[in-house]
Amino acid sequence: MSDAPPARLPERDRPWMMRTYAGHSDARRSNELYRRNLEKGQTGLSVAFDLPTQTGYDPDDELARGEVGKVGVSIAHIGDMRTLLDGIPLGEMNTSMTINATAAWLLALYIVAAEGQGVPEAELQGTTQNDILKEYLSRGTYAFPPGPSMRLIADTIAYAVAHVPRWNPINICSYHLQEAGATPVQEIAYAMSNAIAVLDAVRERVDAELMASVFGRISFFVNAGVRFVEEHAKLRAMAQLWDELGRDRYEVADERLRRFRYGVQVNSLGLTEAQPENNVYRIALEALAVTLGRSARARALQLPAWNEALGLPRPFDQQWSLRLQQILAYETDLLEYPDIFDGSLVMERLVAELVEGARAEMARVAELGGAVAAVGEMKASLVESHRQRLRAIESGELTVVGVNRFQSSEPSPLTADANGGITVVDPELEAELRAAVAGWRTERDDGPVSEALAQLATAARDPSQNIMPASIAAARAGVTTGEWARTLREAFGSYRAPTGVGEGAVAAGGDLEALRDEVERVSDELGRRLKFLVGKPGLDGHSNGAEQIAVRARDAGMDVVYEGIRLTPSQIASSAAQEGVHVIGLSILSGSHAELIPAVLRALAQAGVADVPVVAGGIIPEADADALRELGVAAVYTPKDWELNRMLADIVALVGERAGAGAGASGSAGAGAGGSASADADAGGAP
Amino acid sequence: MDGGELAVRLRARDHGAAAAVLNLVENRTPPARAAAAELLRDLSPAALGGEPAAHVVGVTGPPGVGKSSLLSRLIAEWRSQDRSVAVLAVDPSSRGSGGALLGDRARIEHDPADERVFIRSTASGGRLGGVAPATRAAAAALAAAFDVVVIETVGVGQSETDVADIADTVAVIVQPGSGDVLQFLKAGIMEVPDVLVVTKSDLGGAAARALADVRSALASLRDGDIPALAVSCLAPPTGIAALVTALDAHRAGIDLADRRIRGRRRQALREFAAEHGERGVRALGGQRAVERWLDARDPGLDVAALVDALERAAGA
Repeated sequence: MSDAPPARLPERDRPWMMRTYAGHSDARRSNELYRRNLEKGQTGLSVAFDLPTQTGYDPDDELARGEVGKVGVSIAHIGDMRTLLDGIPLGEMNTSMTINATAAWLLALYIVAAEGQGVPEAELQGTTQNDILKEYLSRGTYAFPPGPSMRLIADTIAYAVAHVPRWNPINICSYHLQEAGATPVQEIAYAMSNAIAVLDAVRERVDAELMASVFGRISFFVNAGVRFVEEHAKLRAMAQLWDELGRDRYEVADERLRRFRYGVQVNSLGLTEAQPENNVYRIALEALAVTLGRSARARALQLPAWNEALGLPRPFDQQWSLRLQQILAYETDLLEYPDIFDGSLVMERLVAELVEGARAEMARVAELGGAVAAVGEMKASLVESHRQRLRAIESGELTVVGVNRFQSSEPSPLTADANGGITVVDPELEAELRAAVAGWRTERDDGPVSEALAQLATAARDPSQNIMPASIAAARAGVTTGEWARTLREAFGSYRAPTGVGEGAVAAGGDLEALRDEVERVSDELGRRLKFLVGKPGLDGHSNGAEQIAVRARDAGMDVVYEGIRLTPSQIASSAAQEGVHVIGLSILSGSHAELIPAVLRALAQAGVADVPVVAGGIIPEADADALRELGVAAVYTPKDWELNRMLADIVALVGERAGAGAGASGSAGAGAGGSASADADAGGAP
Repeated sequence: MDGGELAVRLRARDHGAAAAVLNLVENRTPPARAAAAELLRDLSPAALGGEPAAHVVGVTGPPGVGKSSLLSRLIAEWRSQDRSVAVLAVDPSSRGSGGALLGDRARIEHDPADERVFIRSTASGGRLGGVAPATRAAAAALAAAFDVVVIETVGVGQSETDVADIADTVAVIVQPGSGDVLQFLKAGIMEVPDVLVVTKSDLGGAAARALADVRSALASLRDGDIPALAVSCLAPPTGIAALVTALDAHRAGIDLADRRIRGRRRQALREFAAEHGERGVRALGGQRAVERWLDARDPGLDVAALVDALERAAGA
């Protein structure tokens, strides 16, 4: 047994970097939160930006309404970035920024803020997520079309490799693919295909001799679900494929530069609203998936809070998750051993199985022309996988404790306080930030701003230029996030990603038969097929739920109008009126339901279709649900309503009731719009 | 449900009535059908004293060629000329369940606040990709109120033939690198388009080759007077104004009344045959006899009235 590795490491390993995905409201409040988190033993920062910042709108933009400071911090200009990082030593800190479409801009702001602290850009450490393909596939915070977006990514990578060498300019995300329903094989294959697309784009923009360091700067952001043994195998499979890719496709000779480096946020998809305390265990097991084996251990870890399916977690909830990491790293013996799966036949086979499956899937993507060209197909496959997962939960084939098994529970003391155990963002905040950004614009010196924007526009229109120098100059001049993004939008054009619905096969009858009969019956009563509008108002890009509802409603026999994410209330109202729908379902997961749903109701009234019933779904606390019902929302659904068929049966019954009660419902939609029912018909009656 | 009142609104060019018109013509209950018949009668050329002035444009082509992007640009161009536009998008996605996911609306960029743009998606239902009777009725009705009525269909085959009978001008859309349409044209499966559009001209060489191929195929088919145009819908779009000019030129060059009358008669025959089968047609003396019989009808009758007359003749 002389070849066997020693059972113990000579020296205990250093723990991974511990972070908490955090940020809310404004820069000042988030800065206070970060300082407290660092005091508690957190070793890196993970900045959550609000949706307007992520999609490139200022707080006072019409599209930002209801979203300012909600899912993260609002950063509108260099002043905000300085406040956010005030007192945090940027020369030592390692900061991860969850930012994609506007990554080049936030990196520019970070560089200029560091300059203010006297820290040169070459010393900065951290990560910009900067992965646009998964935004098209799952997360939805894209701003520009695929071509220009890939160029922005290539620009930031090329700039970072040359000027900010310790920065990870991109984190290829498989995390959100799993959230969108990806199987382990899909998660591996799509992430690798995505990385290939990025590397190929960079290869065209940097010198050949830099490619090895480019490869070495690419890191990943993965997910870990509760099937933690297979999940661990998944990470080993990714490490193997990444090493091969570096060696064979990009000819990276240095083994160290081919190492698979990844950070993790463990699974949120599997967190339940029912018996939310159980999520603590799920999170702990998922943390094991990414830490157990030394050869595929995460470099950085952030854990969700137990109550994410209920609303925004409080600092206490996040601290609870940080403590889990600390126990795992400092109390257990995990870090004392070499890789504990080394030599395990079961693990080897699992990995081989996943690698083989992923290779086949990668070949399919390559055949379609690579990850950029295959976005539509990948999206459709994800929607299909997610659909199968939900069906398995509904049928009981897949057990979710507290949801479809072992449901009986004592009342929970954890959610008993007035807000149900979540954070509520100050509703006055948005007005404050609107005023603040307007104030910033009046107080700054306009000359340098116009000049910087003109240079940015020139750089954007000239693909041979790198966008970073002009963005850094714009950050210094006091340009706002909205101005930076608008300049690029004007140069690049707009884009809507494929919805992924519509291509999938219809589910076999089975448990759908009763629902289909009911849809048929109500449709006959209506005189035409029941038509259902599924709408996602606001900037929230989490469309998985809406997509599943749309697909299932189609499978149940309805005509479904689904237009994808980021719709304004007036767009939804106009669609409802013109399409003559019988019912409207709105899905919002960003917490902005209290602003957006009433805005949609007002727009519907204006379009003359106030009589069309509206139901809402999302992460909606009970108190808010009551308020919405009072405004006339017919039903409110939350993650605890996991039985799609039951939800749809409710909706069909709702339409049936209204059809029975109000005669002539089909003639009323749209009749009120326009209005000029002038009796003066033109001449030319019957000959 | 008052078909007469809706007809009055359309004749007064009240675009806000469009949604209610669609709700009505899609409705299969007996009272709705009666009201729809009244609506169509009140808007028939006989009632209007002539053909409605709208330009009815068919836009058809295989999936993925960029029809929706093209329509987004066309709508912008028509609106810049202050023309009102109604788009009837026929979605083929209806499946075994009977339900459909209607996705076209999402892909067609338009200003939701602009009341002079109307977009409605309809499932093709059991018509195998063909145009639903409701869409045909809607096109006839909306032609009284809108300047342009577009019928968008996917694919080639049944739907393309249907569209040719409804539209004044049919634009067939193809993309570079796909030989299907050329094959269809050469094999005579596809009726000859009035205007052929090659999208994605930003692709450069491939698009130029596709355009040259299409032109030579068209030249061998007819007198070579079918325009073939290249467009790009990416920012900044190119070729859109030229396409609108070509569509307008086609419309100006045809005998509009003649084309529409023949279209209505063919639709009536097809609808009658769909409903009553070959036996029904034989009862009237066969296809050619029915055609001759239809030719003798009042040219101002709408399709529903023609079908009605056929049914009465067959029953008698």
